[in-house]
Amino acid sequence: MEENKFDNFTCPIPIINDEKVTIGHGSGGTLSHNLINSVFYKHFENPILAGGNDFAEFSSNATRIVTSTDGHVVDPIFFPGGDIGRLAVAGTVNDISMSGAIPQYLTASFIIEEGFAINELMQIAHSMQDCAQEAGVQIVAGDTKVVEKGKADKIFISTAGIGFIENNRMINGSLAEEGDIVIISGTMGDHGIAVLAARNQLGFKTTVQSDVGPMNNLIQTALSASPHIHVMRDPTRGGVATTLNEIARQSRVDIILEEQSLPVHKQVQAACDILGFDPLYVANEGKVIFITPQREAADLLQALHEHQYGKSAAIIGKIETSNGSPMVRMRTSIGGTRIVDMLSGAMLPRIC
Amino acid sequence: MPEKHAQSDLIAKALAALSKILTRPWTIMEICGGQTHAFMETGLSAMLPEEIELIHGPGCPVCVTSLELVDKAVAIASRDDVIFTSYGDMLRVPGSESDLFSVRARGGDVRVVYSPMEALEIAHRNPDKETVFFGIGFETTAPSNAISVIKAKEREIDNYSMLVSHVRVPPAMHAILSAKNNRVQSFLAAGHVCAVMGMDEYYPIAKKYQVPITITGFEPFDLIHGIMETVRMLENNTYNVKNAYERVVAPHGNKQAQKIINDVFEECDRQWRGIGMIPNSGWKLNANYAHYDAELKFNVGNITTHESEICISGLILQGLKKPDQCPAFGTLCTPQNPLGATMVSSEGACAAYYRYGRN
Repeated sequence: MEENKFDNFTCPIPIINDEKVTIGHGSGGTLSHNLINSVFYKHFENPILAGGNDFAEFSSNATRIVTSTDGHVVDPIFFPGGDIGRLAVAGTVNDISMSGAIPQYLTASFIIEEGFAINELMQIAHSMQDCAQEAGVQIVAGDTKVVEKGKADKIFISTAGIGFIENNRMINGSLAEEGDIVIISGTMGDHGIAVLAARNQLGFKTTVQSDVGPMNNLIQTALSASPHIHVMRDPTRGGVATTLNEIARQSRVDIILEEQSLPVHKQVQAACDILGFDPLYVANEGKVIFITPQREAADLLQALHEHQYGKSAAIIGKIETSNGSPMVRMRTSIGGTRIVDMLSGAMLPRIC
Repeated sequence: MPEKHAQSDLIAKALAALSKILTRPWTIMEICGGQTHAFMETGLSAMLPEEIELIHGPGCPVCVTSLELVDKAVAIASRDDVIFTSYGDMLRVPGSESDLFSVRARGGDVRVVYSPMEALEIAHRNPDKETVFFGIGFETTAPSNAISVIKAKEREIDNYSMLVSHVRVPPAMHAILSAKNNRVQSFLAAGHVCAVMGMDEYYPIAKKYQVPITITGFEPFDLIHGIMETVRMLENNTYNVKNAYERVVAPHGNKQAQKIINDVFEECDRQWRGIGMIPNSGWKLNANYAHYDAELKFNVGNITTHESEICISGLILQGLKKPDQCPAFGTLCTPQNPLGATMVSSEGACAAYYRYGRN
């Protein structure tokens, strides 16, 4: 029985100098290669990346190409519902998808602080690949830099991507029209509160999970149900309020929200009440705002409800003509109205 | 509280009932910035019968913290040996030259905390640094701030101190009512302040100036209830103190909290930003706790201050002007570039107008 111990033995790819990222890992030499092989190639495995070139080559018949880039910094890098890796992939996938394009290829650039644990880098690469797989995209090129301790906060990831549109459909922020219906794909503010809770700064516990995830599949479902969607946008930093203000200005329309229709997770609402935040301004990483003609709104809503990322989707408002500077207004739950402005600077907890 | 979808019907009924008892215009001041915020956020202020004019009071601790203290905070926070801790909304309040956010951008260790106990823990974990907490607020926050100092003494955490800017509501009411150009005919008193202090301090004010005072909460129904009680007294030509927030406020307040306040603080004259000095309107640490007084610990005596010449926040805080009567409102002065503290805090009247009521 003694020999059996070695039956499944394979020689592991050595990670020289234990399990921390060192300056040497960013030098371009042997250590860099080992790191790239054992972490990135291992997880992101695909033929284009395996070519081992400094570029990624691919072809497409599409005439409309969409590209986007996004830098990701988050503290903490692991939080309930996700991590910086999932965020980095979903972020760029979502930005591309908001045009109606189907995202296909991503590149990823890592800036790593000296001393970062390699097993954490593994976890991040793993969840990037998980998310890429879910979204049906490939990570085809990358770069790794290591900076001295204190020159970066653990890890920063920038991703860029390319997607293709194979039809003539136009979707962008300037196309909202009077009478259109505003739909959100689910509850507001989950990501922001989950991250805040993960920092242990709340002074109380929540079970709120970040909503971070790729929205391209949900969006294709939405476009099948409502082929004439005018605007799609993901309400990330600055939240739903800021995103709607951007759309109002781009389309030169007023947006009228119904407070009582806004979907908010109970725990998110409670955390916001305690901290003096408004869920309308708290970040989301896995939600989409759709603005679509009224005749397609019911079909769109139903299709969203049937999708795993759209179960709490709701109609939250409508588009009206603007009689001056474009604005977002809200009918409050007691029957009043008020302005919903853009977020100015950082959101600050109130004193009382 | 009724479910949200039922609220609008009930509010409409309450407002109709209010209209019925009104025979003439009345001017009511809501003292607390939290109430100003709630009136604007819910849209309730625009739904009130036109006979009711709301005047926004000075009850925003961020807004009334004196320029001199903000400048002192900036000076202390700029020191290499200091971790300066504060509630978030003080960070953007403009001082004469700078604000705490700018101190942080220049490398100062300025941290947002959610309670003074968090600041005390920071002091405990950083024994080689001085941790200072910006202790602002009305009677509401005084007990928790006082406890942090009591605990610091018990646990012998000597590197903790508090820059105290505590203010009290009743002296401000005296100042407003005795001003020559006063227009305030009645008050909605701040429910959470009264949860600590009770109603006793308000009877002499109601009597002396013959104004009705109603202790009022912060939900839309609380606010209407408060206005209703106030209008009843005004219309009946009576002046008394009514409690429209009984589910929270006991007549004599919270005795235990009052004891903690009295153990740690003593009354002092206090400068209110935009208003000026109001006698006996503040609290400072008493002799037993002077060791924890950041003003005494750090030599920041020689501060010369200067306010924006355009900003009319003083007149707004006294209820003499409305935010949209300021020439700088929404143009030179915005939440991104505030000239005065009333545009900074979410409880400031200018910020509430800007966020919810701009046309």
